[in-house]
Amino acid sequence: MSWDQFFDYSDYGHLLSLVANSVLACAILGIVGGLIGVFVVQRDMAFAVHGISELSFAGAAAALLIGVDVLLGSILGSVIAAAIIGLLGARARDRNSIVGVLMPFGLGLGILCLALYQGRSANKFGLLTGQIVSVGGDQLWSLAGVSAIVFIALLIVWRPLTFDSLDPEAAAARGVPGRRLSLLFMLLLGLMVAVAVQIIGALLVLALLVTPAAAASRVTHSATLVPILSMAFGLVSALGGILIAVGSTLPVSPFITTISFVIWLICRDVGRTRDIRRFRRAAEAHALEAA
Amino acid sequence: MTDPVAPPERAVGPRIPERAEGESKGPVLELEDAALRVRGRTLFAGLDLQVHPGELIAILGPNGAGKTSLFRAILGLERLATGRVRVLGRPAQRGDHRIGYVPQQRVWGRGTPMIGRDLVTLGRTGARWGLPVTSREDREAVARAIWAVRAESLAARPMGDLSGGEQQRLRIAQAIVDEPSLLLLDEPLSSLDLGNQAEIIGLADRERERGAAVLFIAHDINPVLGHVDRVLYLAHGRHRLGTPGEVLTTESLTDLYGTRVDVLRFPDPATGVDRVFVAGAGNGHEHHLEQHADEVDRLERSE
Repeated sequence: MSWDQFFDYSDYGHLLSLVANSVLACAILGIVGGLIGVFVVQRDMAFAVHGISELSFAGAAAALLIGVDVLLGSILGSVIAAAIIGLLGARARDRNSIVGVLMPFGLGLGILCLALYQGRSANKFGLLTGQIVSVGGDQLWSLAGVSAIVFIALLIVWRPLTFDSLDPEAAAARGVPGRRLSLLFMLLLGLMVAVAVQIIGALLVLALLVTPAAAASRVTHSATLVPILSMAFGLVSALGGILIAVGSTLPVSPFITTISFVIWLICRDVGRTRDIRRFRRAAEAHALEAA
Repeated sequence: MTDPVAPPERAVGPRIPERAEGESKGPVLELEDAALRVRGRTLFAGLDLQVHPGELIAILGPNGAGKTSLFRAILGLERLATGRVRVLGRPAQRGDHRIGYVPQQRVWGRGTPMIGRDLVTLGRTGARWGLPVTSREDREAVARAIWAVRAESLAARPMGDLSGGEQQRLRIAQAIVDEPSLLLLDEPLSSLDLGNQAEIIGLADRERERGAAVLFIAHDINPVLGHVDRVLYLAHGRHRLGTPGEVLTTESLTDLYGTRVDVLRFPDPATGVDRVFVAGAGNGHEHHLEQHADEVDRLERSE
């Protein structure tokens, strides 16, 4: 086996022009996924994201089976899951068990639909592990539209949502409607998961919706820098992934997940080194004070 | 009162300051015949309370007696069963910026994506919708609040790295960032060492000097005894309101609890203020009941 059979960058420019839509879709997903990930991490909802993505997969598979728009089915599935988790799982422990119950159900339902589906089998696998060989023009517009809605809505609710995530009692006293806000957030999360399922697949959604934000919060604690870094990491992972994948016969997902994982590893190490230095300095200052 | 060792006049801290001309003349907070019930259990009833600018009132009582619920009623988060709450002449309503509130201590763990200044900024702009831009005016207000609690050196540090006392100072900065007329502190001293306790009490005193009224839920009265004007003691759906010398006596608390309670006082020459100990308030069984009720409260709130 040689690498040449998987990679061929000889006609890269031409290839790139063929998949321009997919590249754009990846860039959008990287940025908006990185942004919403900040709240996923703050609100401790990584597992919920995974659960939503399995129901999103079921919705997409059902749409494929009955022949309607896959993104629509995907959105329907993930919004239903997000609503169930949001309404029943206000507390983290309840939420986790609800997600644990929903996830296999969604996955099973999706597998059933795919088993009944007679069409191209590449479509089947793609929903789980991602396969944006070519995003059509219409599809790009709907992905971009949904992402734009999520992005703008997040910016509008940014401060109350941050307040509610980090300091819920004080936020409630200041008039932040915590309950309604967290339901709205679940809805936005559902939309974003549906978009991500189209691109990197239901099983790998976390690589763009959690990993970049987790990496960012390892290197900085500033409420302003975390989202900026997270978006940058998401963009680098998604864009880097597709740019490598274009010249290869391999799917895009492993590149995206690997890049985002490596970024996380580096951030973790940088953060640790800095933590150690900071604690040492604090200890020295303390010793000086005592002397 | 016939108690032979009633506490002396407060040794430190000013009396109610003279109000400046043009300032609101009325009380900061008025409760009129207020009653609060949770699941059929009466937390308090017939509570009349007027709090004036510059007053510091300690709220005491066993767990589940309704101290935190009283704060929530003042904040408009809980509806009274009967009676009225008015804050500076207006009915209590959610999100009132004239009230500063420090909820019961929570500790932010390592890795929390927030530095000290972020926490204070949330108090100023956290309830606003729209693009998250902070105006110069907001930044200045945040800087003033941080300065007021002497936390300049903490402003740029990650919240998760700070000690309980340091986090508490920043929480107070968050609560006073809008220069509120009423400051509600829910057990601000819990799990702090003596030095930090004194620091937090000093901050509450400063706010009172500025003209704010301060309500202070205390688990242990002694650290604040020298600073309080009045005490509100809640227990078993009933209450006592008065100076510490009136409320914290064997007769008064025995009557309130309906069972024998001893109040012991020890003179403390260092501060000139007695130390007070309440013995036998609520036996084990009752305590258990109160905790159960506490849990019910919490569940209801999370719904």
